[in-house]
Amino acid sequence: MGLATFKGGVHPYEGKELSESKPVQELMPQGELVFPLSQHIGAPANPLVKKGDQVLAGQIIAEAGGFISANVVCSVSGTVKAVEPRRVANGAMVNSIVVENDGEYRTVEGVGEDRDYTTLSKEEIRKIVKDAGIVGLGGAGFPTHVKLTPKDDAKIDYVIVNGAECEPYLTSDYRLMIEEPEKLVGGLKVILQLFENAKGVIGIENNKPEAIKKLTELVKDEPKISVCPLLTKYPQGGERSLIYAVTGRKVNSSMLPADAGCIVDNVDTVISIYNAVCKSTPLMRKIITVTGDAISQPQNFRVKLGTNYEELIEAAGGFKTEPEKVINGGPMMGQAMFDFHVPVMKNSSALTCMSKDEVAANEPTPCIRCGRCVDVCPSNIVPVLMMRAAMNNDAESFEKLNGMECVECGSCAFICPAKRPLTQAFKEMRKVVAANRRKK
Amino acid sequence: MNNMLHVSSSPHVRDKVTTKNLMFDVVIALIPATAWGVYQFGFYALAVVIATVAACVASEYVWEKGMHKPITIADGSAVVTGMILALNMPPEIPIWMPMLGGVFAIIVVKQLFGGLGQNFMNPALAARCFLLISFAGSMNNFTSAKLGFDSVSGATPLAAMRAGSPVDLAAMVVGRIPGTIGEVSVIALLIGGLYMIIRKVISPRIPLIYIGTVAVFVFVFGGFDLTYTVNQICAGGLIFGAFFMATDYVTSPITKKGQVVFGILLGLLTGIFRLWGGSPEGVSYAIILSNLCMPMIEKLTLPKAFGKEGKKA
Repeated sequence: MGLATFKGGVHPYEGKELSESKPVQELMPQGELVFPLSQHIGAPANPLVKKGDQVLAGQIIAEAGGFISANVVCSVSGTVKAVEPRRVANGAMVNSIVVENDGEYRTVEGVGEDRDYTTLSKEEIRKIVKDAGIVGLGGAGFPTHVKLTPKDDAKIDYVIVNGAECEPYLTSDYRLMIEEPEKLVGGLKVILQLFENAKGVIGIENNKPEAIKKLTELVKDEPKISVCPLLTKYPQGGERSLIYAVTGRKVNSSMLPADAGCIVDNVDTVISIYNAVCKSTPLMRKIITVTGDAISQPQNFRVKLGTNYEELIEAAGGFKTEPEKVINGGPMMGQAMFDFHVPVMKNSSALTCMSKDEVAANEPTPCIRCGRCVDVCPSNIVPVLMMRAAMNNDAESFEKLNGMECVECGSCAFICPAKRPLTQAFKEMRKVVAANRRKK
Repeated sequence: MNNMLHVSSSPHVRDKVTTKNLMFDVVIALIPATAWGVYQFGFYALAVVIATVAACVASEYVWEKGMHKPITIADGSAVVTGMILALNMPPEIPIWMPMLGGVFAIIVVKQLFGGLGQNFMNPALAARCFLLISFAGSMNNFTSAKLGFDSVSGATPLAAMRAGSPVDLAAMVVGRIPGTIGEVSVIALLIGGLYMIIRKVISPRIPLIYIGTVAVFVFVFGGFDLTYTVNQICAGGLIFGAFFMATDYVTSPITKKGQVVFGILLGLLTGIFRLWGGSPEGVSYAIILSNLCMPMIEKLTLPKAFGKEGKKA
């Protein structure tokens, strides 16, 4: 029987061998930590502290600034140095709370205490998740308490844990799955308590046999939980691809997974839910893979949120060769960085340091209409024609060609033999179309 | 050091396959048919191939130089056009004719419409049809001194079938028949086609549907004669056209459904031209006419976006 998967997709060089065998190491921060108020999709959080305030680890230092927003929790104890705009990994300046670490890691009372989730009501669980500042940690950063509050709990019949980790080079989810599988299953059980009709499925690409084995063994006596091995193919971990692979249901751009009866959460998100609900520990850390052929010792770190990226590079032994490109995230969807003096945020996942930039090495040439982009598109749309519309700045045609169904996965630009920057053009057009829609 | 970092939009990696690789693979795939043509018709055939390729590459270079455009001859597309055009020539054609055709293909059909990727017809085939109309005598003269084919024995199998004469299937499969330099050996062409399919340069969709449609058409309208049908498939330029010209990226639909429609259209047109047309040949005209329908076919066969039928709850 073929493994569960989706139509289309590509097979970029995986690069996971660099760091997949490296256990997660704790990295202690030095100096100041920076907590941007916008580390999630939605409204920025409102700061609750001001310059000079003493703060503790686990303290909510900014609260959700709207329904779709998330709290920010301090990861160390110390003094607030400033509330000011700071640069973040995507290059933008974001209002941030800067905390000078006193190195004592004193916590708010009660952090780390065991809690029996089975005695909690749904509302209590959702409140804990909200207070903990948990957002989708796979990269999108959608506030998790919102995701866990669909219109009708009873209509949710699948809770899918996204353990695909299809992005090349990234190994943080893999390490979590083999190092903390009990917490993953524990977190999934907490979510299942919210959705009485749902079964839990952990989807894992088959390039991670160790994780599949461990979790399958662990859930063999759990009637409502199963492990679904997935074909290794990018973007298998894309939400729509994953839902299709596991359930056969199709979700389009106007729908939420909940519209198809699904809740999808990343491995680290589920573990963070476990930590928050069962261990009274809000979201204060992130697992970051520091990797690529330009870094001396590729490895996985457990990092306090707010830690500077420069410390990550230093902890990985610095660069062994001058990098040409450094990516916040993986090579398919990550952002190229120009400044490492930025903090680790909730949506950080990796720092990929490449000695060669394949984009610059491949000058775009004219489209020969080979149709490879059409074959690989997971959204089953026609990149070659969308590109023509984009080049003409023709938002109307772009929309008619279902350009808004594009998930910006990058498969078309990856496969293009003419090396055309398809995904880049689509990102820009999608912004134009979205802006036009708002005007109406 | 920061000013040395590259910044660009994702994705940051690229597949190894390039336009140049693809064109090179097509050239490799054409080698068996070319080699057979040279073996069978003699070194003059090789001279025709070399001269045509040279004319194509040179005219692309001169045009781009003159128009102050980037020089693109290194992408190999002009080489492919030249080879396909040359392989469509009778073995003893005056050498200036395919060279003129090459200039026509590159400048009129390709560059005037915007260069690589913009031509509305397959350049090699458009040039062949241009030569067929302009120099009907030379273009339909399949005599070959080396093989002792004269104007009578030099009738192509298609012409012979039209006249009701018997044809030798085995000779067609191997390629011991009169015809253009590259179209005669079914085996050599299939080796090239298979190479392109294995290397994922082309999908077998268009060739198989095209050949299949021709088979059904001539079987039904040719008197339900299986031998005649098989002979029709192996004769003329069908195999060559189906694998090497109908699959031209630029002039065939990119949508899967569109490729099916395109293949059927090609098959029907070829069948009509071959059975009832003025000339026993039909492949070249069928392909360039279908090329013209490509944008329409594509527009009508756009795929349904993933999840488009889904509804918000």
